Amino acid sequence: MAASSKKWLWGLLAAAFLVPLLRPVLPDIVSDYRLFLVSTMMIAAIAVLGLNLLTGFNGQISLGHGAFYAVGAYTAAVLMDQANWPYWATIPAAAIVCFIVGYLFGLPALKLEGHYLALATFALALAVPQILKYKWLEGLTGGVQGIVLNKPEVPFGLPMSEDQWLYYYVLIVMVLLYWGAANMLNSRSGRAMKAIRDYAIAADTMGIDTALYKTVTFGISAAYTGIAGALSASAIAFVAPDSFNIFLSIKFLIGLVVGGIGSLAGSVVGGIFYVLVDNSAQALSTFAKNDLGLQFDLSAYTVFGILLIVLMYLMPMGIVGGVYYLVQSMRSSMRGPQAQQQAATQKQHATR
Amino acid sequence: MRTSRRGFVAGASALALASGSTSAFAQKKYDDGASDTEIKIGNTNPYSGPASAYAQIAKTIDAYFKSVNDAGGVNGRKIKFISLDDGYSPPKTVEMVRQLVEQDKIFALFQSLGTPCNTAIHKYMNQKKVPQLYVATGASKWGDPKNFPWTMGFQPDYHTEAVIYAKHILANIKDAKIGVLHQNDDYGRDYLGGFKEGLGNEASRIVKIVTFEATDPTVDSQIIQLKDSGANVFFNVSGPKAAAQGIRKAADIDWKPAHYLNNVSASVAAVMKPAGFDNAQGIITAAYIMDATDRAWDDNAEMKEWRAWMDKNMPGANKADANHIYGYAVAVLMTETLKRCGNELTRANLMKQAASFQKYRLPLLLPGITINTSPTDYYPIQAVQLQRFKGETWELFGEVMHAEST
Repeated sequence: MAASSKKWLWGLLAAAFLVPLLRPVLPDIVSDYRLFLVSTMMIAAIAVLGLNLLTGFNGQISLGHGAFYAVGAYTAAVLMDQANWPYWATIPAAAIVCFIVGYLFGLPALKLEGHYLALATFALALAVPQILKYKWLEGLTGGVQGIVLNKPEVPFGLPMSEDQWLYYYVLIVMVLLYWGAANMLNSRSGRAMKAIRDYAIAADTMGIDTALYKTVTFGISAAYTGIAGALSASAIAFVAPDSFNIFLSIKFLIGLVVGGIGSLAGSVVGGIFYVLVDNSAQALSTFAKNDLGLQFDLSAYTVFGILLIVLMYLMPMGIVGGVYYLVQSMRSSMRGPQAQQQAATQKQHATR
Repeated sequence: MRTSRRGFVAGASALALASGSTSAFAQKKYDDGASDTEIKIGNTNPYSGPASAYAQIAKTIDAYFKSVNDAGGVNGRKIKFISLDDGYSPPKTVEMVRQLVEQDKIFALFQSLGTPCNTAIHKYMNQKKVPQLYVATGASKWGDPKNFPWTMGFQPDYHTEAVIYAKHILANIKDAKIGVLHQNDDYGRDYLGGFKEGLGNEASRIVKIVTFEATDPTVDSQIIQLKDSGANVFFNVSGPKAAAQGIRKAADIDWKPAHYLNNVSASVAAVMKPAGFDNAQGIITAAYIMDATDRAWDDNAEMKEWRAWMDKNMPGANKADANHIYGYAVAVLMTETLKRCGNELTRANLMKQAASFQKYRLPLLLPGITINTSPTDYYPIQAVQLQRFKGETWELFGEVMHAEST
């Protein structure tokens, strides 16, 4: 089982690295625009992973990760714009700044549980765009106008388009971050994080410093999302407070729930989902109106909402959980009742 | 590094141009998005989110292009209008516009809406050399042909409008002590910059400047501050909601300055009525386009034509919504620009035609206001007429004022 999934992973990675090289051969299929779209999906996947570390693996709910995304994006943008930093150097800087902000926010968050924490983070997401517009910061942030940046240039004279390079840049960062997250979760610290999620009092009794773990997890989670923000600043080449409204935070949460809470693969699926559905919802709504002959306007958000409801009914554990369950039940129906029972217990593990 | 990249882009687009022209007929020339049968025009608009009221503009444009197509199209070619939702969010605009340019291969982008949204794609459009034509924002930065030859605005820019108010104040009010209220963003500061420029060395007449955020629930405290400053002239740079609140609050606290209101909030239905007609008497603003609620235009041929067009093509739409007038007028201008391109539908020619309007009479603009552009003047409309609120509607007065002549 483990070996086959590893094979899959390597195959997927090889494809991710090789397919963009086909651009000169198949310019219509592997177009710059598609590469750019996949880059934005990967950026979303990193942001969702950040949220997943906090919510999925540590059990703390956040409705405000858009705020950390914004801090990361602005850190990168200000450093590039004011201090002329190269774009790649802004990634660690954004990570450090966001870690500190996340850690500091995690301290008071210790006293807040469940819904109260959700509300506090919600307030953070609402406040950040306002803070970015604040008069004293305007010299740095450009106020409402935002900051216009340059796209990352292709280094070493490589024969690539800008979007191809951006794709590789984002892909490398994403692979490193996922590798780091997977290792962390498999370590003692990762088990401690999950223990706190499952039963905080028991974890405390076993000698885990819950306060430390919770705040540090908050910091790491913020750093991941901040890196995604910094990447998006490079990819879009523009930041403005309007980009980081409350919807962004909600979208991360949607990506998390749809992909699968507490699953690394789920974060990737979630990131892909929200970019894809966000973009195709409008196409679907015009399709419904023009080709299916609906009499009334079906707004893109209505389509998005309907899709979400359907998905939550069919796959309450997210796409990854749902697919896993499907595969398991198909296997067990081939093997007979004894294996079915076994699969059911496995399923329970998978949903945790 | 950078020059080589620019060179690459230029070279690539030149190549695209060349390959496009060889396949076409001798006298017909096409760029991406244009052919013998079709011209693809792209657009982004906020169909969702807080700014979605503006989407009426795109819906009107869509309806207008449909009516043009039904009448045979432009020089025999149908306009295919692809309008996507960006929710007034700049990163979304970038995604959508890249889709339009690279996937749908549009001929030009037209009337993309919002100052931050257009800022996000400004550089991109000019690097790709795809026209970003008649954008739906009044910021003054859209008229910069030297640095951004592929971008052009439409409505009078905020800067010019503010200069005109300043001149009017200096000419008509003795010992003016001016209080300014402006929204704390690009749009507000554009007005303030123009206003100060218009005052010139009389800028010290501004005794107080207060700001507010677009998201603030009220502007009450700002109005009280302005009254306390002893100002006798009130320059009000605020969107419809805040403008209505400001007018009402000033009346409530018995502050009666000479009131200059920016054109953005000139709507009778959305501002003057909620503010209370009694409170709004005597307010001065600038206009460049007709107001559908103004009875004075009832017999105007263009207004009649527009009403008939609305009844036929957009039945059920609210005619008092100024966005329908705006959308119609700008769609007429786009259609005319395409018509003037003739059979040479290249992007360069489109910009050339857009930049060579001379005294073109666009329907529904105020009498005496025309479209004027040149390769160095990327501001199509630069004239306004002042109007004063009287009874339940606006009354035009004075001459049409051109920015050049003030």
